[in-house]
Amino acid sequence: MSWTYIQGILMLAGINMIAVLGLSLLTGFTGLFSFGHAGFMAIGAYVGAWISASPASTPAGLGLPFILAIVGGGAAAGIVSYFIGRISLNLKGDYFCIATLGFGEAIRLIFNNVNRFGGARGWPGVPGRSTFLVILIADVIAILFLANLVKSRHGRNMIAVREEELAAQIAGINVFRYKMISLIISAVYAGVAGVFFAHYMTFIQPKMFSLTKSTELTIIVIFGGLGSISGSVLGALVLTALPELLRAFEIWRLVFYGAAVILIMVSRPKGLMGGMELTPSGIRKVLAERNALREAKTKLLADAQSGEED
Amino acid sequence: MAPILSIRNLTKKFGGLTAVGDVSFDVPEGSIVGLIGPNGAGKTTIFNLITGVYKPTSGTIEFREKSILGLEPYRIADMGITRTFQNIRLFKNLTVFENVLTACHMNASYSFAEAILRLPRFRTQEKALVAKAENLLEIMGLMGYRDLVANNLPYGLQRRLEIVRALALNPVLLLLDEPAAGMNPDETEQLMRLIGRIRNDFSLSVLVIEHHMDLIMGVCEHIVVLNFGEKIAEGTADEVSRSPQVIEAYLGTSLEAADA
Repeated sequence: MSWTYIQGILMLAGINMIAVLGLSLLTGFTGLFSFGHAGFMAIGAYVGAWISASPASTPAGLGLPFILAIVGGGAAAGIVSYFIGRISLNLKGDYFCIATLGFGEAIRLIFNNVNRFGGARGWPGVPGRSTFLVILIADVIAILFLANLVKSRHGRNMIAVREEELAAQIAGINVFRYKMISLIISAVYAGVAGVFFAHYMTFIQPKMFSLTKSTELTIIVIFGGLGSISGSVLGALVLTALPELLRAFEIWRLVFYGAAVILIMVSRPKGLMGGMELTPSGIRKVLAERNALREAKTKLLADAQSGEED
Repeated sequence: MAPILSIRNLTKKFGGLTAVGDVSFDVPEGSIVGLIGPNGAGKTTIFNLITGVYKPTSGTIEFREKSILGLEPYRIADMGITRTFQNIRLFKNLTVFENVLTACHMNASYSFAEAILRLPRFRTQEKALVAKAENLLEIMGLMGYRDLVANNLPYGLQRRLEIVRALALNPVLLLLDEPAAGMNPDETEQLMRLIGRIRNDFSLSVLVIEHHMDLIMGVCEHIVVLNFGEKIAEGTADEVSRSPQVIEAYLGTSLEAADA
């Protein structure tokens, strides 16, 4: 395996990772499932391509710097998600999930039918600006921002919404607002991932952002473990690389991919990380919880025994 | 002194069923008021109306002489009314400490940007939140269970944790929905002392729904009795327990009375 090949897979994993981290906030920490995040990736990809593609290419772009494409693609996805959220965030659990599925497909079909952006034939002339280094930096920033957010009062409020919505409300948490913010942040992440994806492939087509892509993102989040950033990172790496490593199996590779996912989910029902974090403080927390459980058990046992002696 | 909570002609209908019909009562500032009545009398519905979970069909609810009708539950919590639930609603997968820390959020004001970039205001306020949460656990005797996942906590302590979580919001009016449900007499006794203590220590007013008569009679200065959604009696423990309507609601009418 050549380094360029490995680097290519890592870049793809890194791009997926950004979208997965965003979805992880929405699904893993706020408890809202989405099957439409490929739609936000599509918006990021197309807006990004439009901003950075040369005015001379067909379809024509604005020929602006890559950094503006990243900001513009992320912002566009965030703005669209705000309107989608206004309509659908009042829906309960499964119904919200189905609404996102509809929105995701609708966004894809709009791009399929708008000839200005190349329609179903796609958009060929996207400049290849996504380098290994840029994606690496973006991933580090994405992870740090998310980790900081999750450990703040805002992150805790989102977790509270996931855990027990009514109790969160009674605790003074504006549930709708936190769901909305979580959705917007996840859409911005997906949009930025879309920009990197477009500038990595140099060619985009609505087909790339189908329901399969949305499902893949959600699978990675669940596979990595809901409520774990390390899980999302590992999941994105493993599940993007796996189909490539399985190329030796030729036509059977997707069967093996499916089997591998099932196997891991059966053996680890809470995902790879199961809500834990692979950081010093994350490990300390798990140990403290185990310790507390052991202590509580001995304490209760001692109480019960002394109660019998009375 | 004006009552902290004033309910007038409160009515809630679910279709043809009147869950709460024309109920009026006050919670005086600093008092412990009991809300009792047989099952289905509308006690929890009143809690849901006060906390904004349900919208009333008619009537008014005033908190510190301002109407709180139609406000979202989180706004009502902001104003200083909070509650516990009959069927405990903790953040089950979080530790005892995290449950309380989450509820402390109102004591901080840093923004999303400050959190994401870990700016100084985030760090100082976050330290203060941790200190407040630990202090609450300490005085409420849960510090020994700090890192235990709430779901693994013994039942009685889960109820206590729910009260601690409510206290983390700096409430001025605390609503307790059957806090002694499922507790043995010993635990009930402890809880009774706890309710009295937090009222004094946190200068709260308390409205409590309970079926344990010892608890109600022992701790409440004022009792409101409901039956089939209507108020049938109100007064001190003594007055209420001698009221013929209350005796009838709880024990039924005597045979002679029914014959007559």
